[in-house]
Amino acid sequence: MKFISKMMIACTGLLFTLTVMATPVDTYEFKSEKNQERALSLAHQLRCPQCQNQNLVDSNSPVAQDLRLEVYKMVDSGKSEAEIINFMTSRYGDFVLYNPKLDSKTYILWLGPFGLLILGLFIGFIFVRKQRIQVTESTTLSTEQQAELDALLNHNKTTK
Amino acid sequence: MKKFVLFIPLVLFLVMGGFLYKGLFLNPKVLDSVLEGKPVPAFQLERLEVPSEVLTEKDLSGKVSMLNFWATWCPSCKYEHPYLLMLSKRNLLPIYGINYRDERALALKELSTLGDPYTTNIFDKDGRLGLDLGVYGAPETFIIDHNGIIRYRYAGPIDQTVWTQTLYPMIQQLQAEAKVDGAS
Repeated sequence: MKFISKMMIACTGLLFTLTVMATPVDTYEFKSEKNQERALSLAHQLRCPQCQNQNLVDSNSPVAQDLRLEVYKMVDSGKSEAEIINFMTSRYGDFVLYNPKLDSKTYILWLGPFGLLILGLFIGFIFVRKQRIQVTESTTLSTEQQAELDALLNHNKTTK
Repeated sequence: MKKFVLFIPLVLFLVMGGFLYKGLFLNPKVLDSVLEGKPVPAFQLERLEVPSEVLTEKDLSGKVSMLNFWATWCPSCKYEHPYLLMLSKRNLLPIYGINYRDERALALKELSTLGDPYTTNIFDKDGRLGLDLGVYGAPETFIIDHNGIIRYRYAGPIDQTVWTQTLYPMIQQLQAEAKVDGAS
């Protein structure tokens, strides 16, 4: 029994040794809280080139750690957002941006939804207009129908 | 007009289907390198074999060459290693190794036991050169022309297929370009 409890303590100890493993990125100290906020929001907008569906903060791949540290350092040294994004895209391409730029390659991505909306409105407009024509057609009676209706109405009046 | 309207959903379906079908055969892991056509970024790094010797990007220009990122922690590098050894014996072009985020002692031990296919090894301990070259994992290979311009980037292990279909034709073409430049 004593042995088991000793073993358990030893095992718990082992767990702690594993959690101590931290890279310089995780312990990075920012010059100010404002910088930290800015750096984290930037790192959230950048995509890890290795684990492709994670941003730089979420990913633990070595390249994401390097890039994250680079972003932190650049923010702390007072670089602007545009400079940092330019640094990333000049090495890893537009792929690293979660928020794609507006250029000739991405026009369809940015403007496509508006195009579809206009197309939808256009089709809707045609349908509605067609239906309205049909309704007006069916509510106007031909002269024969009108005569028949009048006759019926008159007949009702006289029988009362 | 009415008939045309009825066909709209079918047309939309076909267009979407076409795009999605094409998407099935795209490999999302293949990223374009934005560095193709640009010079090798400036660096100052120790030589793996001789720590006191400092290498820069100037040491790489002059000849068409290959830059190969490798590390002892990288299994795919071990897979391509025998092929690189074979290539180095054919003496086609200088193959510069970049030991990426690795430990010097481990790297030297591996080269002495498995063989060394590299003309020179650059020791990129912090991965800074890798970062400047947009490397996201080893192995990655860059083909550099005689002016020190990056002409091609290949991510993944080199094998017979990649070499004969992609890399070697490109190297031959660049070596021909270098000859023309040298003659004029």
